[in-house]
Amino acid sequence: MPFSYFEHDADMGVIGYGETMEQAFEAAAQAVFAIMTNLDGVHSRDEITIEFEEADPEFALVIWINLILGKARESGMVFNDFQLRRNESQWRARIKGEKWHDALERGIEVKGATFTMLSVRQEKGIWVAQCVVDV
Amino acid sequence: MKLERLKQLQPYLWTLPGALTEHRAEVLLYGTAGLLKTMDDKVLEQIANVARLPGLVGAAITMPDAHWGYGFPIGGVAAFDAEQGGVISAGGVGFDISCGIRCLRSNMRVEEAAPHFAKLADTLYKAIPAGVGEEGHIKMNHPQLDQVLRGGAQWAVGQGYGSAADLEYVEEQGCAASAVPENVSELAKSRQRGEMGTLGSGNHYLEVQVVDCVLDADAADAFGLFEGQLIISIHCGSRGLGHQIGTDYLVMLAKAASRLGIALPDRELACAPIKSPEGQRYIGAMNAAINCALANRQILTHLTREACNSVYPDIRLETLFDVSHNTCKKETHEIGNEQRQLYVHRKGATRALGPGHPMLPERYRAAGQPVIIGGSMGTGSYILAGNAGNPAFASASHGAGRAMSRNQALKQWDGHTLIHELAQQGILIRSRSLRGVAEEAPAAYKDVDQVAEATELAGLARRVAFLRPKVCIKG
Repeated sequence: MPFSYFEHDADMGVIGYGETMEQAFEAAAQAVFAIMTNLDGVHSRDEITIEFEEADPEFALVIWINLILGKARESGMVFNDFQLRRNESQWRARIKGEKWHDALERGIEVKGATFTMLSVRQEKGIWVAQCVVDV
Repeated sequence: MKLERLKQLQPYLWTLPGALTEHRAEVLLYGTAGLLKTMDDKVLEQIANVARLPGLVGAAITMPDAHWGYGFPIGGVAAFDAEQGGVISAGGVGFDISCGIRCLRSNMRVEEAAPHFAKLADTLYKAIPAGVGEEGHIKMNHPQLDQVLRGGAQWAVGQGYGSAADLEYVEEQGCAASAVPENVSELAKSRQRGEMGTLGSGNHYLEVQVVDCVLDADAADAFGLFEGQLIISIHCGSRGLGHQIGTDYLVMLAKAASRLGIALPDRELACAPIKSPEGQRYIGAMNAAINCALANRQILTHLTREACNSVYPDIRLETLFDVSHNTCKKETHEIGNEQRQLYVHRKGATRALGPGHPMLPERYRAAGQPVIIGGSMGTGSYILAGNAGNPAFASASHGAGRAMSRNQALKQWDGHTLIHELAQQGILIRSRSLRGVAEEAPAAYKDVDQVAEATELAGLARRVAFLRPKVCIKG
């Protein structure tokens, strides 16, 4: 799933793209975890599920990123595979990754998603999900 | 930032022209023309938004090291009166609640220590858990964490991490009284289970420094500083718990603001009236995070002492001061001729109490509060002293401030080369993240000398000593 970054003085902007809003959210999650490690080196060994409720897509993006960051830190894991489904305001995800180990490249820690430059929109048929994350 | 949008009031003070109304208070920016020119226009936009929040007292203010943040600019200061509908804003505190610096002074001179710097660097690197994915040596369950959140550094000292003498030189004697652990989510506590006594990553560091020059002999004497002295500075915050509180309350306060009819110029300024249930819940949780940060830095102080003692058996490390720069604190300030209780948000700004302030430890009461401006790993840092009559709610700069984004820095430098170049200059870097080192390249930061000079000339604090880095453990 494609993702990219945009400039911010102290922190970093992440952008996820997808054919659906859910795919754009998944790509934004990839962008976040790619700040922390090289995702090519991560094995999808373990899976966790998360659920949340939010009707506002932009709030949902912030909640989504913050929830997976929280779960990653809680479990000592790094994630590289995200499958998100939505039923109106109900969101459910299966996330895969593995525990941190010495072979994984260390990037920098992402503390949380912010409302800065937050946007979930469609551009020429492509969903774009973006925000600044605090690092 | 385009200076033509500003009006210069004094050599180091600028304002945003325009009529002041009940919905738009004054904006004040401290700094030189040179520093302001390097700031992103977003700094002005963000501080102007802060000036529109309800219950603001005086002006919305930026420090000389200000840069583009989220909601508040980093280097932003704003005080609110609860009795006048004033608000508490999660965006005015930041995610890394109570991020700050613990500064330790040693009894050792650099000449004695220098032959063993490589061993010291390796020992500290092994002793201090740092970087993404690293857990600490201490594992805690939720009831134990609740004790941390109530007791702060006092809890840590009670567990044998450091001594009671440290507490005298920590803000609030190491414990924020209004902490409410029950207002902290289970996920926040779960994130912290393995993170007590960890440094984190990004701009966090543990640095061994030498006092390069003393600029104010009387204050240096009061602070126990002398040229050639070894100093250690530990920069970190409330770790995963604080980050989770920041995220939990960001959405909650944004929704509360909407429900309470507070028109937010930027959603990131998510806030609620101080007296509202939501505001009170956040204040309780934020103070719990402050205690988490104070305990964390106290544990790191203990680990640092153990590591240093294994290299230098005769070294003594005393706490010079511990000051946070991402907080909101209830303080008394004189406004006109009236003493008022205000909630002072400092996001990337350091409290800088002036001489004679009753909250200062006796030893520093004549000199003023130690203020620490942490610079980059290649340049240096300053210790300053708070001034009487500080015009910015007793606040000063907290760091050099970024001059370049992380992406730009990554394009310009690579970690290996940077570590080699700094070693050539006598600065030893230890880090698990080459990417982190590149992003923190010294040239990605503003000139710390200019920031410290502007801080002094603006009357915010006065320079006491310049510290040069020797060993840096980066997250």
